[in-house]
Amino acid sequence: MDKIIDLGKYIEIGINALERNFSFLWSAIDDGISWTVETMNDAFLATPFWIIILIVAAFAYYLNAGKQSFTKAGLKKGIGIASFIILGFLLIYLMGYWEETLQTTTLVLVATIIALILGIPIGIWTARSTWADTIIRPILDFMQTMPAFVYLIPAIFFFSVGNTPGVIATIIFSLPPAVRLTKLGIQNVPGEVIEAGYAFGATEKQILYKIQLPLAMPSILAGVNQVILLSLSMVVIASMVGAKGLGSIVYRSIQQNDVALGFESGLGIVILAIILDRITQSIGSKNK
Amino acid sequence: MEQETRKVKIEVKDLTLIFGKNKDQALKMLNKGYSKSEILEKTKCTIGVNKANFEVYEGEIFVVMGLSGSGKSTLIRCLNRLRKATDGQVLLNGHDITKENNNELLETRRTEMSMVFQNFALLPHRTILENAAFGLEIRGEDKETRLAKAQTALETVGLQGYEHQYPAELSGGMQQRVGLARALANDPEVLLMDEAFSALDPLIKSDMQDELLAIQEKVQKTIVFITHDLDEAIKLGDRIVIMKDGIIEQIGNAEEIMTNPASEYVEAFVEKVDRKTIITAESLMFTKPIVVQYEKDGPEVALRKMRSASLEVLPVVDKHRKFLGFVWLNDLIELTKNKIPKIDTKIKTEVHSVQKEFTVEDMLPLISGMRSPLAVVDESNGRLQGLVSQTSIIIEATKYDKEEISDLQEQAKELFKWTK
Repeated sequence: MDKIIDLGKYIEIGINALERNFSFLWSAIDDGISWTVETMNDAFLATPFWIIILIVAAFAYYLNAGKQSFTKAGLKKGIGIASFIILGFLLIYLMGYWEETLQTTTLVLVATIIALILGIPIGIWTARSTWADTIIRPILDFMQTMPAFVYLIPAIFFFSVGNTPGVIATIIFSLPPAVRLTKLGIQNVPGEVIEAGYAFGATEKQILYKIQLPLAMPSILAGVNQVILLSLSMVVIASMVGAKGLGSIVYRSIQQNDVALGFESGLGIVILAIILDRITQSIGSKNK
Repeated sequence: MEQETRKVKIEVKDLTLIFGKNKDQALKMLNKGYSKSEILEKTKCTIGVNKANFEVYEGEIFVVMGLSGSGKSTLIRCLNRLRKATDGQVLLNGHDITKENNNELLETRRTEMSMVFQNFALLPHRTILENAAFGLEIRGEDKETRLAKAQTALETVGLQGYEHQYPAELSGGMQQRVGLARALANDPEVLLMDEAFSALDPLIKSDMQDELLAIQEKVQKTIVFITHDLDEAIKLGDRIVIMKDGIIEQIGNAEEIMTNPASEYVEAFVEKVDRKTIITAESLMFTKPIVVQYEKDGPEVALRKMRSASLEVLPVVDKHRKFLGFVWLNDLIELTKNKIPKIDTKIKTEVHSVQKEFTVEDMLPLISGMRSPLAVVDESNGRLQGLVSQTSIIIEATKYDKEEISDLQEQAKELFKWTK
């Protein structure tokens, strides 16, 4: 069939114009993200693997056991996740994917942090303003349903290959739940509690910081968890534009039709996903 | 009325609140006297509060009572401007709240008015102590001061020992005590209580009402209390407002509303109430009883007074009208036979006396085993104010119908002729 409306062409023209006219912006973003990723990566790699494993395990143990850390009850609560972390990471190390796992973790963390820095304020904004919600909601739908591969094209265009387009595509894909769950959490704060705040003479700012955000925290943390898991699910796709890590090994195993490589690196992603999920979930439950 | 001389704390003048977009037109129609349904049809606006006028006196518990949708919750929210009135004034200490700017309003809410909510509205992530200190935190008091004040407020409501627990760990009644402590901690002049006890089960509710009355005795705040429960209104309210469809149907104390309902709507409420707990000695007593004057009247005079009224017992008072006791017909006859000129020896002093505020329920146990009426005495100077016959107490305790009671009272009057 003939093309009657060439929408794609206009988008392309627009993207081109953006690329040319704001090149200083793109290179600044590229430099910032690359620098952050590399610095974090170097710091991880400079640390002996067993120290990282122990720190993560101890952190997860504390999150689950809390104040009972040094009692039997605490041991019961925290020992499961701590031993899973030690065994899981040890397996990854012994399979020889430690460096890639750290690279993936870095990408996930950087993408998550940026997604949260953008997503939580946008969520607050949409919760408090109907018209902001009206505008932003379809954009979020678009971001979530547009196949993630598509983002890679302009991302390469702006940032060429490497970690940055991977991180950008990951952010776009994982941002919506941060916005949505923040908004949901704030809107679910009982009206009476907000009213109580106003009745005691609270300003808008006090309502937000002393009532809405603390009460929305479980929902916001559920959003954080979702952002991390969605970021992790993007690692393979991000590797197609040159992002390093476990994803690139999976990608290579597909190209080489290598079952062993595919299974091992896939398993690495699963282990990392379970660990990140359990840790963020226990942050959430501790907050309740 | 004596209350008129008390200081007015809150004055509400022509307060009107209209919901909807076309408020101006709706207000104009309302002022021209159109009905609620006509206004709704024309402007799609509903009238939340329709020209409310009342005064709340300092130190009283002022109850606003009505069913859901009667506009009572909207009305209380106009008092601290959680809802902005469409028209009219709310004067707190003579100062119009509806005209305050944002900063003045915050200051009023922070220092002069606190609110207690139906579902407690506590912050689940804060301890009891931190919750009680919330209002003080909002107005920027430093941590040490606010926690100390919150601690005192928690002690006032009987919650010491629970400071470091969380709201979810407490029962409903205790959570509402926290709500009350939070309001008291601010030390406001006015407490707004929006269906504060409605979410509690009946026993706890009754406890909390007693507690509130006890606390009020101590703190003497001006309290505006919203409820849909007439029994609660009667128990707590110094004065009661009855609202329907945004209109104030009647204002008065429990007694006035019970005995003289202003409309069928009020009457419908009143019928369900246990009259024993409302009808007081004041409304039952005969205010000008025939008395024997202790210093002046001897047995002969007393006997004469008794015979002329066909009574067999009369109250004895001194020259200041202080109540001394009762004297009986047969004792007087005995005195005259023995030619004793004084009635001293025969005054029965071991009798119950009551005060004007005593209810029928209070008086019922006092009449058993007694033959004399109950003397109503002024608490401060012991003066006799009137007599309540046993018959009228029994009638009030057993019969509920107003006309039957007045018939029987008439008959009782005929029979005993207490009045001159």
